[in-house]
Amino acid sequence: MSLDKDMVARIARLARLKVPEEELGTLAGELSGIFAWIEQLNEVDTNNVEPLSSVSDVTLPMRGDKVTDGGVAAKVLFNAPGGAVYIDPTDKNAGGFFTVPKVVE
Amino acid sequence: MAALSDLTIAQLSAAMSKKEASALDVADAHIKKLDEHRALNAFITETPDKAREMAKASDARRAKGEVGLLEGVPLAIKDLFCTEGVQTTAASHILEGFVPQYESTVTANLWKSGAVMVGKTNLDEFAMGSSNMTSHFGGVENPWKRKGDNRKLVPGGSSGGSAAAVAAYMVPGSTGTDTGGSIRQPASFCGIVGMKPTYGRCSRWGVVAFASSLDQPGPFARTVEDTALLLQAMSGHDPKDSTSAPLAVPDFAAAARNPDIKGLRVGIPKEYRVEGTSPEITALWDKGMEMLKAAGAIAVEVSLPHTKYALPAYYIVAPAECSSNLARYDGVRYGLRVPGKDLTEMYEGTRGAGFGKEVRRRIMIGTYVLSAGYYDAYYKKAQQIRALIARDFKQAFEKCDVLLTPTAPTAAFAAGDKMDDPVTMYLNDMFTIPASMAGLPGISVPAGTDKDGLPLGLQILGRAFDEETVLKAGAALEKAAGFQGRAAGF
Repeated sequence: MSLDKDMVARIARLARLKVPEEELGTLAGELSGIFAWIEQLNEVDTNNVEPLSSVSDVTLPMRGDKVTDGGVAAKVLFNAPGGAVYIDPTDKNAGGFFTVPKVVE
Repeated sequence: MAALSDLTIAQLSAAMSKKEASALDVADAHIKKLDEHRALNAFITETPDKAREMAKASDARRAKGEVGLLEGVPLAIKDLFCTEGVQTTAASHILEGFVPQYESTVTANLWKSGAVMVGKTNLDEFAMGSSNMTSHFGGVENPWKRKGDNRKLVPGGSSGGSAAAVAAYMVPGSTGTDTGGSIRQPASFCGIVGMKPTYGRCSRWGVVAFASSLDQPGPFARTVEDTALLLQAMSGHDPKDSTSAPLAVPDFAAAARNPDIKGLRVGIPKEYRVEGTSPEITALWDKGMEMLKAAGAIAVEVSLPHTKYALPAYYIVAPAECSSNLARYDGVRYGLRVPGKDLTEMYEGTRGAGFGKEVRRRIMIGTYVLSAGYYDAYYKKAQQIRALIARDFKQAFEKCDVLLTPTAPTAAFAAGDKMDDPVTMYLNDMFTIPASMAGLPGISVPAGTDKDGLPLGLQILGRAFDEETVLKAGAALEKAAGFQGRAAGF
């Protein structure tokens, strides 16, 4: 499998990664190399093999569908990169908002 | 008495219980070592004030007769574990300055056992790497050097800082995480013990996620007994991690203290004899088996036919999960934000600037293999191979109780080597990844040195949730190998 620059640009867009134009060629080469190496998996006959998504043989427990915590808005918003806006600045746990660039014109 | 920083965890506990030293003395002795060896770049954040405060609290508990399993023991924590009020970066620019408002379950368990944190260790960015060279905060230097050669060597990765800190006697123990070998390979490179427990043994809650079906926290120490003590404190069911196993924690330390392996069947997987492995490592592997036989074990040749496919299958599964997990870093709720004229530009700018080269590469591999039209050819195929790998191990463990293999195909390499071609770097994990794919426990024990005087580890793998047998065999190997090496100047 060989990937060209257009394909790499498409993947970068899907992954929401800004990749400078001049790096697309190098990345295409590296990714093509990795996928060429991965191709060897086609040697293995996997017909009728059930895919393994969890290695755990243990039956994992269920819990009740109940709220188990909350009331910690100040902690949730503590690391907000754009700065948080609180409903009530005197009680940060009352709730608040993350800020982002304008989404709706 | 020997310097406090020379003691093992078990010896420190004994010294503190005999009142030969306080937890504060022990913390101070290790903080001094952090100062001395700062040039290794093993730590991203040092927390000496917090360490002294925790040590004083430990001394107060001891005075009241409350003595936890790790009471007063100073530890270093891989900077992938969220620590309340202490910056947690995952060695990424995108999380620089992030201060968690909660504590990971594993570190909370350690503090409950009385342990003291001295700092957060360096790692490959988001634990993606085998050399610690992908850290945004710079590479870590291995305390070991080749005889007569002053070049800096890598400590391995991704938990390179945690391994180097233990090998440099800055701490007696540390935590790591292992997704494809990130504990075992650096342990081998640094001449110490490192263990990846069974998937589900230690909670992943509060650990920055890389590949959720593979990630597993585990300990580093200088002896198998200390490793067992740490694992015992770290383990246990956690309702906050849905994949955490609801099983009681066995007495791991007792298993490590009783290295009686008479009659233990040790499997030697023939597919692990591969080209590219250093002949010295193959010789050490044979010698390791002889040592275990001399201790009463029985050698059994076994076959794991899908071994060579584990690595390429891993490089589908792990990047796929990484691309999903790392979607959360969007500049909205925490971490770096690069402003943009609209949301998409903010996302792309933030992620483009915040993630390093290797992380971007893996996100792109993952995005591609999960994208429409390719899912069956890659992700589903890899999961089918994963099923075959797990079946191989199951069948092998019908004939043996543990497996003995090399940990890594080479000793520590020089900083900057193997950086040109990603696949060359990935091959470093060829012996550790198969067990990761099957979720099995494994330990790396230092068993000898190569002609340059660098440490080499051997790996023991066991059945799921049978860490006790792995520790027992590890302790027997440790005893027989008698590795006493210490990096010059440390």
